Amino acid sequence: MPKLVLLWTDAAVWLLVIAMGVYAVHVRRTPNLAANWRKVFGDAPALASAVVLLACLLITLADSVHYRPLLPSAVGANAGSVAYDTRTKSLLDAALSGLIDSREVTYSRPLSTVSYTKESNEAGERVAPRLLHGGTHLRDPASQWAGDVMQRAGLGLLAGLLGAAALAALLPSLLARGTGRGWGDCARAAWRGEMAIPWRAAIITLLALGAFTGTIGGLATAYHVFGTDITGNDVLYQTLKSIRTAVVIGSLATLATLPLAVVLGIMAGYFRGWVDEAIQYLYTVLSSIPNILLIAALVLMTQVFIDKHPEMFETSLERSDIKLFLLCVVLGATGWAGLCRLLRAETLKLRELDFVQAAQAFGVSRTRIMTRHVFPNVAHLMLIVTVLEFSSLILYEAVLSYVGVGVDPSMNSFGGMINLARNEMNRDPVIWWPFAAAFVFMVTLVLAANLFADGVRDAFDPRSRVFRPRVILKKKPA
Amino acid sequence: MLNYVLRRSLYGVLILVGVNLATFFLFFTVNTPDDMARLNIGGKRVTPELIAKWKEERGYDKPLYLNEARQGSEKFTETIFWERSVSLFSFRFGRADSESAGDIGTEVARRMWVSLQLAVPIFILQIIASVSFALLLVMFRHTRLDLAGVVLCVVMLSISALFYIIVGQFLFARVFRLTPASGYAQGLDLIRFLVLPVALSAIARLGTEARLYRAMFLEEIGKDYVRTARAKGLAETVVLYRHVLRNALIPIVTSAGGYLPYVFLGSLVFESFFGIPGLGAYAIEAISRQDFAIVRTMVFVGSVLFIASYILIDIIYTWVDPRVRLG
Repeated sequence: MPKLVLLWTDAAVWLLVIAMGVYAVHVRRTPNLAANWRKVFGDAPALASAVVLLACLLITLADSVHYRPLLPSAVGANAGSVAYDTRTKSLLDAALSGLIDSREVTYSRPLSTVSYTKESNEAGERVAPRLLHGGTHLRDPASQWAGDVMQRAGLGLLAGLLGAAALAALLPSLLARGTGRGWGDCARAAWRGEMAIPWRAAIITLLALGAFTGTIGGLATAYHVFGTDITGNDVLYQTLKSIRTAVVIGSLATLATLPLAVVLGIMAGYFRGWVDEAIQYLYTVLSSIPNILLIAALVLMTQVFIDKHPEMFETSLERSDIKLFLLCVVLGATGWAGLCRLLRAETLKLRELDFVQAAQAFGVSRTRIMTRHVFPNVAHLMLIVTVLEFSSLILYEAVLSYVGVGVDPSMNSFGGMINLARNEMNRDPVIWWPFAAAFVFMVTLVLAANLFADGVRDAFDPRSRVFRPRVILKKKPA
Repeated sequence: MLNYVLRRSLYGVLILVGVNLATFFLFFTVNTPDDMARLNIGGKRVTPELIAKWKEERGYDKPLYLNEARQGSEKFTETIFWERSVSLFSFRFGRADSESAGDIGTEVARRMWVSLQLAVPIFILQIIASVSFALLLVMFRHTRLDLAGVVLCVVMLSISALFYIIVGQFLFARVFRLTPASGYAQGLDLIRFLVLPVALSAIARLGTEARLYRAMFLEEIGKDYVRTARAKGLAETVVLYRHVLRNALIPIVTSAGGYLPYVFLGSLVFESFFGIPGLGAYAIEAISRQDFAIVRTMVFVGSVLFIASYILIDIIYTWVDPRVRLG
């Protein structure tokens, strides 16, 4: 039995998942919220992005179960004693152990069978040596390579598509449940867009995801799909690990802003007077400081703290994890001013409305008015700002890593990859693959987050006039 | 008006006091000067004597808030708090923490102009580029061109500015060899060095801003005065340029104004990527060298600029929208 390790961010991620589950139950019970969420998922781009985000969330969750494997008991050791590996692994690491173990010496191009750097052989020629793991099964790469790559990609694509299709086939049976309609009937209705939710978009996204994963998975059985980096590590593995860092920063840092923003914003708007003045002063001070400098200052301070207390962290992973956690806290502590200002303005409006006035007249306590009457009516603002912030924080992480106050260099992140790419792009021949891999994954994640956020905003913001372009095709006169 | 500016400035000073107290608390109470000395000297060379010397050179050996050893007003002035926090208000920044860096004040004054040389063209080009792109989309609203433009905006705003910089540098400086990759020069030669960062910066923010401005324009276009203008028989372009653009200027000023402080502070990332020795690059260098004195100063300078630019925006409002009266 391996020893489970609960890192700080793991705990936060799992708490977040539980909170999301509780919220989902709450949504089901509240007709108003349920209608709004149906509107969100009724938007095809938002639904498709939700599928992509869900995939990223699954990767994050798999990478958030950490454990230290049990070592085989050494010869001559006591029968009762157990020893654990000093390295902490996650479920994702276990699934991708093939990628971790196939470490090369240095850079190699995507799908390549030879190294990027050349070495002298016995005859004195400069040739690129064969890789230790990539494409070693080929005896003569020049003739066999193309066929082998096509075969693996094709098989992988097929498997991925089949897997996605099998998942998609579950959908009609779920939809048919309780309606008395048959599977085929439901499938047809879903595909033709006759349902409230554009399932076709979701299915197409799922198939595309399946095809992408399958192709890459098929190729990854024998090659480094995105090449290797300077120390010979597989770039695909790094990008997958970076997804967790991005999702953790995007979600935890926004969540960290909520307590301060909500409590202070509602208090300022509800109490007015000196409380309002004090809170306004506080957030004006905060927003007067250039954000990036304040974050840098705070992160430097946490760094000094971590350096001063090395005994608190058992492994280097724990150290880099606490850095990530503190970075989220810092982002939360510095980023609440905007939402706080919004909530204050909204509460100022709400407190004059009849239902709050009535509650006051009935002698309901102020805390209860704020929690039961004001808060539910500003919650949509909270939700909109949270989802909008998610993507901008992922982008921000890259900048912070570049400045040198981002996540620990030992932790994989998109920012770290871009940072290294800066020098790699200047080499000759150019080393473009780590940069390209980071680009593809990061843009997909951020784009999905942006589209989803737009859907949420359109559905929840009562004032949002829909300014999305609608192509009006002119009817030809009959 | 004058009254208003005066009142806002006073509140600004009050805000600065808060900023100052917060940073001082953060930098000196959470971490003692000893910690900073150890960090700055670094490595295994740290000895108590070295720490004492380092602290003495920078005046960190004094007590934090109150110097009991001195008489009269020196009780307060001969402290770290006075020298490093209060004196910022008279723009005396003192010496940097690391050995090589000299006086912060002269450095800031010199780099400020460099930053402006990069930031002012960026600011102007950005507004022109995003407003004209947004206008173009609005002109072709409800067509496929509009749809394609909005999709382009969303994709563009999902791409990190760092990607634009790296790809831009790679393409234009390395492949096409049109501009130098990075660097800085005096005089007319400077233009060659500034073209790339200015253009890339405008592109990097085009998606975000053009989409925002498009929404603002569309909101204006739905209003009654636009219908009146059309009913008078004005051409659509006249309606757009003379009526809608002017009215949409108010929200545009707000959103562009929010960006104004960064103009003065210099786009941090752009400066350091393109080797332009401005304030932004200074701040990034200080962060990577963990020079807290410079970081503290930059926080202060940045806050001053933020506050000043917010007051400036309010004044511009009265000029853009004659209905606004500051009182």
